Amino acid sequence: MLAFLLRRIGQSAFVMAAMALIVFVGVYALGNPIDILINPEADQIEREQAIARLGLDRPLWEQFWIFVKSAASGDLGRSFVHGVPAIDLIVSRMPATLELAFVALVLSIGLGIPLGLAAGVKPDSFVSRTIVTGSIFGFSLPNFWLGLMLILLFAVEWKILPAGGRGETRTLFGIEWSILTLDGLQHLILPALTLAIYKASLVVRLAYAGTREALLQDYVKFARAKGLRPSRILGVHVLKAILIPVVTVIGLELGSMIAFAVVTETVFAWPGMGKLLIESIYRLDRPVIVAYLIVVVALFVAINFLVDVIYTLLDPRVRLSEREA
Amino acid sequence: MNLLRPILAAAVSAAWVAGAAAQELKIGLSAEPSAMDPHFHNLVPNNALTKHVFDRLLDQDENQRVKPMLATSWRNVDETTWEFKLRPGVKFSNGADFTANDVIFSYCRVPRVENSPSSLAINVRAITRMSAPDPLTLVIGTDKPHPLLPNELSNVAILSAKANGAGQVEFDRQACRNAGSYPKTEAFNAGEAAIGTGPYRLVRFTKGDRTILERADGYWGEKPAWARVVLRPITSAGPRVAALLAGDVDMIESVPIQDIERIKGNPAYRVVQGLSNRVIYLHFNYQADSPPGVADAGGKNPFRDKRVREAIAKAIDRDAIVARIMGGVAVAAGELLPPTMFGANKEMTAAKADPDGAKKLLAEAGYPGGFTLVLATPNDRYVNDGQIAQAVAQMLTRVGLKVSLEAMTASQFFARRNRREFGFWLAGWGSDTGEMSSPLKSLVATPNRDKGMGTTNPGGYSNPAMDPLLEQALATVDDTRRAALLAEASRTVMADFGALPLHFEMTTWAFRKDLAYTPRADQYTLGMLVRKAD
Amino acid sequence: MSILPLETQARETALGRGWRAFAESRMAVLALGLVTLLIGVALAAPWITPQDPYDLTQLSILDNMLAPFSQSLDGRSFWLGTDDQGRDMLSAILYGLRLSLFVGVAATAIALLAGTTVGIVAAYFGGRIDAALMRLVDLQLSFPAILVALILLALLGKGVDKVIVALVSVQWAYYARTIRGAALVERRREYIEAAQCLALPRRRVIFRHLLPNAFPPLIVVATVQVAHAIALEATLSFLGVGVPITEPSLGLLIANGYGYMLSGKYWIAFYPGIALLVAIVAINLVGDRLRDVMNPRLRR
Repeated sequence: MLAFLLRRIGQSAFVMAAMALIVFVGVYALGNPIDILINPEADQIEREQAIARLGLDRPLWEQFWIFVKSAASGDLGRSFVHGVPAIDLIVSRMPATLELAFVALVLSIGLGIPLGLAAGVKPDSFVSRTIVTGSIFGFSLPNFWLGLMLILLFAVEWKILPAGGRGETRTLFGIEWSILTLDGLQHLILPALTLAIYKASLVVRLAYAGTREALLQDYVKFARAKGLRPSRILGVHVLKAILIPVVTVIGLELGSMIAFAVVTETVFAWPGMGKLLIESIYRLDRPVIVAYLIVVVALFVAINFLVDVIYTLLDPRVRLSEREA
Repeated sequence: MNLLRPILAAAVSAAWVAGAAAQELKIGLSAEPSAMDPHFHNLVPNNALTKHVFDRLLDQDENQRVKPMLATSWRNVDETTWEFKLRPGVKFSNGADFTANDVIFSYCRVPRVENSPSSLAINVRAITRMSAPDPLTLVIGTDKPHPLLPNELSNVAILSAKANGAGQVEFDRQACRNAGSYPKTEAFNAGEAAIGTGPYRLVRFTKGDRTILERADGYWGEKPAWARVVLRPITSAGPRVAALLAGDVDMIESVPIQDIERIKGNPAYRVVQGLSNRVIYLHFNYQADSPPGVADAGGKNPFRDKRVREAIAKAIDRDAIVARIMGGVAVAAGELLPPTMFGANKEMTAAKADPDGAKKLLAEAGYPGGFTLVLATPNDRYVNDGQIAQAVAQMLTRVGLKVSLEAMTASQFFARRNRREFGFWLAGWGSDTGEMSSPLKSLVATPNRDKGMGTTNPGGYSNPAMDPLLEQALATVDDTRRAALLAEASRTVMADFGALPLHFEMTTWAFRKDLAYTPRADQYTLGMLVRKAD
Repeated sequence: MSILPLETQARETALGRGWRAFAESRMAVLALGLVTLLIGVALAAPWITPQDPYDLTQLSILDNMLAPFSQSLDGRSFWLGTDDQGRDMLSAILYGLRLSLFVGVAATAIALLAGTTVGIVAAYFGGRIDAALMRLVDLQLSFPAILVALILLALLGKGVDKVIVALVSVQWAYYARTIRGAALVERRREYIEAAQCLALPRRRVIFRHLLPNAFPPLIVVATVQVAHAIALEATLSFLGVGVPITEPSLGLLIANGYGYMLSGKYWIAFYPGIALLVAIVAINLVGDRLRDVMNPRLRR
């Protein structure tokens, strides 16, 4: 278990380093952020001084070396735009993204499992076919287009939900959460739904396939023969069987949800990490771009590890060391 | 569903009443200020935000004319020496008295802000001497006559020397003495260094979300109408309008053009608009023998031919751009600074489109079949910039030029423009000082690093008739004479079609109908100037 | 038919059988029809559209933002309205569809080629090469495609060619993994061993034996990936890092319309969105059916 964890961390560290180098060099090649940050009235002298203040006058290898040295002590550099440590900036935006991804996750399970179960029980019925075809629509819809349509309907046409922004927040454990206020929840619902539909469709398909398979298993037949209520068979025995693939996929998809939040946050002006990334790309804020990627990779590693742990809990036959071998 | 609307509208108006009673003003901003430190980043969103908390020595009115603020009066002792009389009885929010020492301390810090991507140093660079004969008198000296000093000082916020642990500061261009250690940018963001003499004090500055300000008791000036101001950056235009219409905010800046009619049509809101100090213009690469993107021009640089530039100017229908793309929220431009501002020619109006004349000029210049060129433009920097450039390309295509468009995000555009990778481009220029010298100096003066000339003239336009006029103006302290010199310099460039102004942007604000705001040329949205409508 | 050699006839009937299985789902047939239709109109766009939206001489700014079914100043009618540039939306959508399909198909084809090569090399040589290549594949797949493509395009800049590069680099790994899995199974079969014993050249073994047998799963993956590629391109263009604004794809048309949507000018974003949705759903439905048909486990 420990060896497994260490190997994972080692691999991820390598990935982070390689990625940091590529992005570092790539953003450097794109252009000088001073060109967009500086007040146009500034003259040549002020320009040169600003470039020197941000350390952009040094050769690239030296800039990278400085970055590596300070990264080793946990400092990922200062944002060119905001003048504060990039990591602070990202951490301050993280709760917004995490709560969005979390609510979306809950929504996708809450929608996906019941629908998938229902479709799997009577696979040839009209309802089932509608659900399964609907799931194809669900994962065909581009995320941003779905968001736009939801805004068009709920905010522009019916005017019952806000079109964007984060709404009121309340502090818990020193962090601002919008999930704790009514206004915040109203702001949260559309972006979370947008983010959830794709995953919900995946869950529907997994639950559908899982249910069909489980219903043919002997233990379900026995349970039926024993005269258990169908609701109990579905709710306990079948559900347990389909939960394993669902948890795996959902866990792995949590990472991609955080990535896709980039799109959703842009559509809904949600002040999370993803929007920060897009803004930083537009403004060539290299330290923030690099730090974002490093944080996200670390997050993925943590999530994957958690999924593995949950997996072992759900299915005692699986041991981490075995899976890795 | 339409049945729901009146009910919702009623609910929304109930929310307004509650908001107004709470003495709170919520404003949706179009750009996010990057710091609470007033010396960190010299851009409009930052300057407007910090103005709530930090006063300047001098102020600019809505037309950017300089007026008293912390200084009650100023005069020229001689051509290079200025004396400012400071306002008595002004206190910082920590209780300390405001004196000349605070001004010296602040100007000392300006060039020394760590990690600043664009400092205000250019505003204090002219200062070579500075002293305080008594606590309420400040004497500033420059090497050469520098008429723009009051304009420049009106951009620089005043910090408290005492609150930052400084003693009696002695000015020195290299390193001021007794200034202690200057406060860091984070200290302003966190609030402990956010101590100013302004009408508001900082409650909370949360990046990406909101800034909360509270009325400062005992402010020396007029008491603002709002006990509490909340500034929320909502950078996407659509959601910003939606936030206003939903009652999430009371006021927004930069109303997207396509929404203005709709908001105006709603009796619950008002829209005001005013000419900004920003001109959208076209500029050329004169330097390259074959400018990037230009082809089939017989191996010459066609832009060096005045007839070609004039033809391009004539091909463009500025009125159509203003009407169809800018929704009427812009004014066709005849020169690089709006007519209401200092040094502008009041009679200069935009030329009418003349496609036939343009074709004739092109033929005279030896391009009867036109030539190929690329128009470069940012597409996320100015109001509808990408669309304006597409319209310009359409219009040039109609007089026989083969135009293609290269639109890109602002960061790439500016980087590539400064590397001289464009032959012909569209950009915008806002004049912080509100004077004709600003666009002339930066856009069309012959580039010269040491004089600070031509910093945004990468195409290397050079007009030997204009340069001396401009230099003379920049050394003339007498306002009337300077204005006349600047106006003449501008006419010289416009007659040569050195750069082609398209239009002046207008800045718009929309708010609840019980509020009032006077449009400002500097585009600042200032909570203390938002009034309750009578 | 009778003059065809025997082998072709046999294949014909296999194809016929496949088609009958496919056609059992009416939905899938409908989708296939739609895909064919979309490809048809996309290819024919230059001849059937009322306007060439890329030709600036044909656009007039005076005709901008007209509602559907309104008329231009010179009396042409715009069935789906015009956008902020005065582009006829119908023409813009057909050209956008053309571009989106081209990007999707081209990216998938190149990724298929690259991924297949990697997969076959890995499967055939095995050992260290296999381990190294598959580690690379795992690594690539562990990152969400959208993030990789976004960063890549942010670094590369805008352009159709660059979008294709970005899409290829996020897609190749799927094929590599698919073909490697399929080929690994085939490799253990006797006929490959026999071929090796006969000292047939490696190339021949790969192309005549390995590849044809590993092909069916690839078709399914490729079909679904075309839909993915189109959606991803649209998303990237929406975020402002995809194709240039003068030659918009469907995604960019939607992005352009986004700003106007809240102002009630819904048609600029809505119709391109419908076109995009129909294209992706139809391709996915076909892909879904192909998977069922080609997967022997689910065959009834």
